[in-house]
Amino acid sequence: MIKNKILIEGIRDGLPIGAGYFAVAFSLGIIAAKADLSSWQGFISSFFTRASAGEYGVYCSIAAKAGVVEIILITLIANVRYLLMGAALTQKLDPKMPLWKRVVAACCITDEVFGISIAFKDKYLKMSYPLGATLVAGTMWAAGTAFGITAGNILPNNIVTALNVALYGMFIAVIIPPCRNDSNLLYVVIISFIVSYSCSLILPVSSGTRTIILTIIISAIAAYIKPVRKDE
Amino acid sequence: MNSIRLICYIVIMIGVTNLLRILPVTLIRKQITNRFFISFLYYVPYVTLAVMTVPAIMETTTNQIIGLIALILGITAAWYKMSLFTVSAICCICVFILELI
Repeated sequence: MIKNKILIEGIRDGLPIGAGYFAVAFSLGIIAAKADLSSWQGFISSFFTRASAGEYGVYCSIAAKAGVVEIILITLIANVRYLLMGAALTQKLDPKMPLWKRVVAACCITDEVFGISIAFKDKYLKMSYPLGATLVAGTMWAAGTAFGITAGNILPNNIVTALNVALYGMFIAVIIPPCRNDSNLLYVVIISFIVSYSCSLILPVSSGTRTIILTIIISAIAAYIKPVRKDE
Repeated sequence: MNSIRLICYIVIMIGVTNLLRILPVTLIRKQITNRFFISFLYYVPYVTLAVMTVPAIMETTTNQIIGLIALILGITAAWYKMSLFTVSAICCICVFILELI
């Protein structure tokens, strides 16, 4: 009974997240269509991945006929933040929580579900909370992708172009707010924008390869020059 | 792209993504203490998303200037802590209107 109550709380909190996901996933679906994914393939892959940047990177790489190494690297690079979130999540889990429940809770991590899970009212997170949120938000994310794959071909061009930028809007909404409190991060983001644009003009490599190379180089230089403080 | 290859790529993506989620709660019990490595992991997500956004946002629109304006508007909206959905919507509406002109 108590378990159901927390599951329902998760579903309730997952709904507004899912609404945003649906809209953004639609634009992801337009890109997935370029990688020749059918709508059911898009649904399955989006439901089990639930990673905006990771999926975007992989679909672009598939569309550019990239090899398996690039697919693995781009997935790792684009999703390495889940490693950090997973590490932070362990502090919110009961040390006595069974392994399978830890795995299920961890698999639910996305930027937003992680956010509400860390803010969970009790001392320890119950597995059914992120699971409930994911059942709703993940399904809407997957449905948005599938819908984008199908409708991307039907809708007029100017609407598709407009919806295309929704995903980039989501990326911006993730990276900009923390820059307000961390000027080093702000400089790193601005430099990344400029260097990425410049490299796209002069480096004859795919966008996936460029993402991998620039992420490693810029992050390493930033970590060397401006390491984060110990207490963070 | 044949479909078996495509399905393999999707399976790899699902596997690698969830492996990153699961690793910390199962294997990594010790805290990472290397300061350079912690800092590197801290910067990676922001750099990746920034690199993925530019120049791609300018390449989707018919004119690069339109994408640039959407980018600047999106950054402004995000700076003032508008929600993910609002920021996305502002970018979309901006492009839609500018593409009509």
